[in-house]
Amino acid sequence: MRGAGGGRVRRMAVAKTLGIETEYGVVHRGADEANPIAASSLLINAYLARCDHVADSGSGAVGWDFIDESPGNDARGFTPAGALAPEVETHLVNAVLTNGARYYVDHAHPELSSPECADARTAVVYDRAAELIAQASMSAAGALLPDGEDIVLYKNNSDGKGNSYGCHENYLVDRSTPFSRIAAWAIAHFVTRQIYTGAGKVGSEAPGARLDDVDYQLTQRADFFEEEIGLETTLKRPIVNTRDEPHADAAKYRRFHVIVGDANMSETATFLKVGATAAVLALVEDDALPRELRFESPVAALRQVSRDLTLSEPLRLDDGRTVTALEVQWELLGCCRKYVEANGAADTGGDVTYEVLDRWEAVLAGLEDDPMELAHQLDWVAKYRLLDAYRARHGLEWHSDRLRAMAIQYHDLRPERSLAGRVGLERIVGDAEAARAVSEPPADTRAFFRGRCLQRFASDVVAANWDSIVFDAGADTLRRVPMMEPMRGTRDHVGTLFDDCPSAAELLRRLGA
Amino acid sequence: MAERSQIRKPAPEKRAARTEEAHDASGRPAVEETSGASKAARTEEAPAASERAAEIKTELDDLLDEIDEVLEANAEDFVKSYIQKGGE
Repeated sequence: MRGAGGGRVRRMAVAKTLGIETEYGVVHRGADEANPIAASSLLINAYLARCDHVADSGSGAVGWDFIDESPGNDARGFTPAGALAPEVETHLVNAVLTNGARYYVDHAHPELSSPECADARTAVVYDRAAELIAQASMSAAGALLPDGEDIVLYKNNSDGKGNSYGCHENYLVDRSTPFSRIAAWAIAHFVTRQIYTGAGKVGSEAPGARLDDVDYQLTQRADFFEEEIGLETTLKRPIVNTRDEPHADAAKYRRFHVIVGDANMSETATFLKVGATAAVLALVEDDALPRELRFESPVAALRQVSRDLTLSEPLRLDDGRTVTALEVQWELLGCCRKYVEANGAADTGGDVTYEVLDRWEAVLAGLEDDPMELAHQLDWVAKYRLLDAYRARHGLEWHSDRLRAMAIQYHDLRPERSLAGRVGLERIVGDAEAARAVSEPPADTRAFFRGRCLQRFASDVVAANWDSIVFDAGADTLRRVPMMEPMRGTRDHVGTLFDDCPSAAELLRRLGA
Repeated sequence: MAERSQIRKPAPEKRAARTEEAHDASGRPAVEETSGASKAARTEEAPAASERAAEIKTELDDLLDEIDEVLEANAEDFVKSYIQKGGE
């Protein structure tokens, strides 16, 4: 293939292992004094105690191994003075599930980090499974609480009062790709992909703004971003996060940690959010994007796109020209198509890439024609249509309590209360497949090895994390099995090994650990 | 006033090409949702689109008729009490 300069370049892109971390909004209803940390802990412990697909050691779950946690490392190779590194909370409930996911209390929210997935469709499967786990957790907690009390989860990113919590994405990229190149294109993509990733929000929560400065905007998160690039996730949030914590062979890989997205109720939105981003990142690694595209002010552009329901406002580039978000997305889509036609889809998210490209194109065409056509595909459109129709019928203001309540309730994860569940959002994943993913790991990443170890030998597993598992299988010392390659430990690699090993000790012997 | 960028969609020709592909062996246009049909294809299907818009409107009216049953009873209290700590 040819790079930007027309010369032949080495293929660098690595297969895009990816995952989604979701922090859920949590409400303890009926309690006199609700404490979100206590409620989150109770919720997760209630789930772990009830289910048979977590390990059965002690508390009912295998704990998380913190040995490789270093969220303070900066991808730029330095930490700016005054920057606040995230802290790791080691004392709160923190479990590994047999589907390879991590379920824990992060700050004051329950968080579910999906297992490593090999493509966007698998990511949607495990995102749905996470919703099922959240629902089972609410039921389990409700059974333990006094009558009149419940713990309810919301899959959103803001409380409408200026407090935000995240839905992060992770993508494996080649370590040798300059971070500055990743950052430049990531900003162009993140500012403009909001037109299909937005989950919709009533009002504004931008610093210094009034709620009613905006009736309705595309995304939950745009108001909370104040920097272009940085390490923080809780203050002065940056569009591009520089956390450099690969959870894999650090000489070969980077984990590109994306904090700017919304949590989506729509499967189409989740599918495109991770599918398009994985493809764009593969092109960045191979230097296959034609030119630099820099906004004059990325933070301002992020908010501008989020507030432009016409999708037509010109965004200023640093060379004085302007573009629209749709134009940038059409260009990125065109480049991705060309790349896949020339190179195949091995590094852009596998064969699922073709479906990503088709859905991406259909959604851009719909947005260009009439966004309301996409009421069954995109969250911001579905929520807007519902709220606007209710507003018109009842003669309400956009910032009325009723509309604000509905905007929150759109994300209620209780099936009997969820408004997202009533607006006819198109499904990509079947119910049976999602249900299976609650306890079964993906077959085609190292999550398979993690999940199978917990399914088969939980009582011998002391702790686990993304890149290793620690066993106590009766030997004098604990044994750590490293998993530094995210695409190894798949069913193809180790499926028969599990079939042949009756015990953890035998597994360790066969692995030479 | 900033000069209008030269950025173009990937190509009217690209999208036109897809339109041709979007016809199956019988020459019938493929179902629109399955891929990005071009504007031309969508214009041909205008009656279907307006039918679909009418369908969606009916569906929305039905939803509005029954939604009050599931909405939070006291919207003001609910909004006031929905307070989260910052996360991440």
